Amino acid sequence: MKFAIVVHGAPYASGSSWSALHFARAVIRSGHEIYRVFFYHDAVYTASALMAPPQDELDVHGQWVDLSKQHTVELVVCIASSLRRGMLDETEADRYEKPGHNLDDAFVISGLGQLIDAGLNADRLVTFGA
Amino acid sequence: MKKLMFVQTHAPHGSLFGQEGLDAILMGTAFAECTVLLLADGIFQLLDGQTPAALGTRDYSVTYGALKDYGVSTIYCSASDLATRGLVPSDLTVDVTPVDDDRIKALFAEHDVIFSA
Repeated sequence: MKFAIVVHGAPYASGSSWSALHFARAVIRSGHEIYRVFFYHDAVYTASALMAPPQDELDVHGQWVDLSKQHTVELVVCIASSLRRGMLDETEADRYEKPGHNLDDAFVISGLGQLIDAGLNADRLVTFGA
Repeated sequence: MKKLMFVQTHAPHGSLFGQEGLDAILMGTAFAECTVLLLADGIFQLLDGQTPAALGTRDYSVTYGALKDYGVSTIYCSASDLATRGLVPSDLTVDVTPVDDDRIKALFAEHDVIFSA
């Protein structure tokens, strides 16, 4: 079965991102497929390449990156949510003439069409609210 | 084609959930048949006479009025959540159809995909 996962919560503000990560691992472990993970609202902060949590604490960002690399999971952040919160890749930083960019390249900035597409093409869409 | 339902549960101006959720609804209408359901404080997003300029936020409630043009024929809300908040449909900026909990349960069952905000 193909699962789409939607995350709404900022990484350390609620259990949203961490629970979604556990769910994603369970999906893969059970032999299912992840169609896409879509980060919406404050969840776009998960994509910051600059997060540096203490070594003995949860590394939400790093765990998503590991998941994506180990299992080729597509991680998409909503472009509108990202831009207004200052989550930029190099292209957007150039476009808006900002002094730097912080989006980890394990994540892709894209539009809300990717959220709807995930709902239409996955067998199940599971949302982890904030 | 799958039927989509968008559920709005947050009050309008304390967070961006409502406004960003509405963006998702608008995108959804470009792809498929969409239904909107307002639950809990989500109903406040449609309250008539909002003047959020004082807060520096946008009165996006008017966009709900345009959803009809995007093919959203009915906006549902929970009748009990409406009553709990001391509201009646005429307090809202657009026509809503209040529905009881059994009908809400049926709406969830009738739709293939639920997007919530």
